[in-house]
Amino acid sequence: MAADPTGVLTGQHYLDGNHAACEGALAAGCRFASGYPITPSTEIVERIAARLPRMGGMFIQMEDEIAASITLQGAVWGGKKALTVTSGPGFSLMMEHIGLAAMTECPCVFIDVQRGGPSTGLPTLPGQGDMMQARWGSHGDYEIIALCPESPQECFDTTIEAFNLAEQWRVPVMVMMDECVGHMTERVIIPSADKLSVLDRRWTTKKPGEYRPFDVGADLVPDMAKAGDGHRLFVTGLTHDERGYPVMNHKAQEKLVRRLVDKIRLNADKIAHYEEDQIDGAEVVVISYGITARVAQRGVQIARDKGVKVGTMRLIVVWPFPETRIRELAQKTRAFVVPELNYGQMSLEVERVAAGKVPTVLVPHGGGEVHDPEVIAEAIIKAARSVS
Amino acid sequence: MSDTATNPVNPYLRLERMPSIWCPGCGIGTSVNCFARALTQAKLDLKMTSIVSGIGCTGRVSGYMSLDSFHTTHGRAIPFATGLKLANPDLNVIVYSGEGDLMAIGGNHFIHAARRNMDLLVVCVNNFTYGMTGGQVSPTSPGGATYTTAPFGQFEEPFNLPHLADSCGAVYVSRWTTFHVRQLTKSMREAMTKKGFRFIEVISPCPTLYQRRNKLGDGLDAMKFYKESSVVKNGADTRDLNIGFQTPITVGNFVNRSRPSFIEAQNKRYTEVFGPSYKPYPEGPHGNGANA
Repeated sequence: MAADPTGVLTGQHYLDGNHAACEGALAAGCRFASGYPITPSTEIVERIAARLPRMGGMFIQMEDEIAASITLQGAVWGGKKALTVTSGPGFSLMMEHIGLAAMTECPCVFIDVQRGGPSTGLPTLPGQGDMMQARWGSHGDYEIIALCPESPQECFDTTIEAFNLAEQWRVPVMVMMDECVGHMTERVIIPSADKLSVLDRRWTTKKPGEYRPFDVGADLVPDMAKAGDGHRLFVTGLTHDERGYPVMNHKAQEKLVRRLVDKIRLNADKIAHYEEDQIDGAEVVVISYGITARVAQRGVQIARDKGVKVGTMRLIVVWPFPETRIRELAQKTRAFVVPELNYGQMSLEVERVAAGKVPTVLVPHGGGEVHDPEVIAEAIIKAARSVS
Repeated sequence: MSDTATNPVNPYLRLERMPSIWCPGCGIGTSVNCFARALTQAKLDLKMTSIVSGIGCTGRVSGYMSLDSFHTTHGRAIPFATGLKLANPDLNVIVYSGEGDLMAIGGNHFIHAARRNMDLLVVCVNNFTYGMTGGQVSPTSPGGATYTTAPFGQFEEPFNLPHLADSCGAVYVSRWTTFHVRQLTKSMREAMTKKGFRFIEVISPCPTLYQRRNKLGDGLDAMKFYKESSVVKNGADTRDLNIGFQTPITVGNFVNRSRPSFIEAQNKRYTEVFGPSYKPYPEGPHGNGANA
C-alpha cells in the first residue's frame, strides 16, 4: 500500500544519512520512537523528536538504552510502528531486548550507527565492528534481519525496507549504518507518498476466542493483534505455545525456536537484497557493504586499470546472509576479497559459504577512518595473481 | 448449598493455567485476589486493561490474569508499560511485579517513570527476598536477616519504598500487608481510577525462603505478625516508613495528590509552543479514569 502522506517529506533534499534515516522511518509509518542520546546517532532522535509531535506521533527520551529498546516494543503491542536508534555501547545495552523482540515476534526497527569499538572506543569515528553482534548479540538462538546502507539516499530507502521487512516477518530489523554514512550529506530524493510501498501490520481477521496469537500459516509467521482488541493476549519471553502460554520442555522449545529460525532461513532468498557489477568473467569478486563499499569502488577501479577483471557484490541485506548467491559466485569467480572496518566479521561468512571452493581474502581495518583504496586495490591484484 | 459455587474472581483469571506456581502460604495469590476484586469494583473496561510484569514469582501475575498480559524481561516492565500506554492512552496499564524486579534491576525505570508522572499503576509485592531464584538478599531486605547471598546477615540499608515513590513524584502511594485485604482492595480500586504514577506496596510472606531461613514460621505466622505488628497511619510522613527485621510495619494511604501526567504536560507545552494548530495527543481516560 502507499505511504501515509503525513510522514512523507516529498521533494529533493540535502540531508545527512542520519536525517535521511529519520525521514525513511516517518515515511514508513513510524509514529513512535524511544531513544537515548549517543554519538554518532544522535541526529536521528533529534530530528524525530522535532517531527513526530506535529504528525500525531510520540517521541520519548528514555533513561537508558535498555529502557528505549523495550519501550518501543510496548508501543508496538499498543499498535504503533516503532523505532529506536543507538550506537556502539547503546547497542550492547539493547541486546537483551533484541532477544525479546525475536522471541515475542515483535515487529520493530533498531538503527545502529556504528562507531569504532570495543567499549567507548571512537565515539565520533566510523567502524563496522557490530556486524556479528547484530546477528548473534542476544543469548540463545534466533534470527533477525539487518541492512547496510551506503549513502543518505539509501538510509532513507533501507529504513523503509527495514520497517516493511519487520512487518512481513515479525522480527526485529536492524539498520546497520556507520558514522560516515550517518554524517555524510548528499542529495536525497523523497518521492510522493503514492510512489512509496509501505506494508501494514499483518492484523488478524479472527475474532476473540478463535484467534491464537502464535498460530502460523505457510510462511511460518503469525498474524498479529494489539492490546485492547479483546483477544486477552499473553506475550512472554518464556518458551511458549500457540496461545502464547509458557511451556517448559524441549518439545515446545523445538517447535517454537525451530520456527523462529526457519521463518527467516527458509525465506532468505526472498529477503535477499544486493547489487552486483561486472560479475561475468570476473577473476575476483569484491564483497563489501556500507561506507566500505564506496571506498572499495575506487580500489576496484585501480585494479581494473591494471588489467584485473574485478566484479563487485554490495550487500544491502546482510542478515540473513545471501548464501545462495555467494555459493553461485564461488563457482564463477576465483577469489573473494572482503574489505571491512573490523578484523574479520562478514568475511567469515563469505569464507564459510565459499567452503574452500575459492579463497576469501579479508582486508581488515580497525576503524576510525576508512580504508586506503590502494590497500584494497593491492589485495585485489594480489588475489588475482595468486589464483591465475 | 451448592458445592459448585464459583469464586467471584474466576472471570478475571486464566483458570486453565491453575494451579499457580506459588507456594502454600505465599501472599502473591492473596494480592491477586484483592486486585481482581478491585478490578470489578473500579468498573474498568477489562478489554482495555493491560497488565505488565517483569521476572520473578510476582512476575508471573500477568500471565494468570485474563487481561492483555505482558510478561517482559527482568526489571523492564515499567519501560514496556510506558510504550504501551503512550501508544494507546485509552488503555489502563498496570504494572505488577516484585521488589527485586522493580527496585533493584528496574530501579532506574521506576524513579524516572515516577518523575515523569507516567500514567501507570505499579503494584509491588515486597516479600523481602528473591523467591524464584531461591532466597537471595533484595533491596528491601531488613538488616540482620539472613539470605543465601547474605549468609552472615544483611547489613545494607534497605529501601523505604513509599518514601522512594513519594520523593520521585508519585501521585498516589500506599502500603498494606496481605493481612489487610479489604484496605488493599480499596487502595487498588482508588488507584486504578486515578491518573498519573500510582504506587502500591504489598508486604507479603515468603514462607519457603525468607521465613524458613530466618525461623519466622509459616504463612499463618506471617499473618499473625502482620495483624499484631502493623500500625495503620494514613497520611504518615513517608520518611518514617522504614521496615526493620520483625519491627512494626506502618501501613496506610500516604500520598494522594494531582499533577499533570506525562501526556498532559506534553500537550500543555506543545499547545503553548505550536499554538491552536497543535492537535493534542490523546490523553486517555480522565477524572475517575473508569472507561467501562
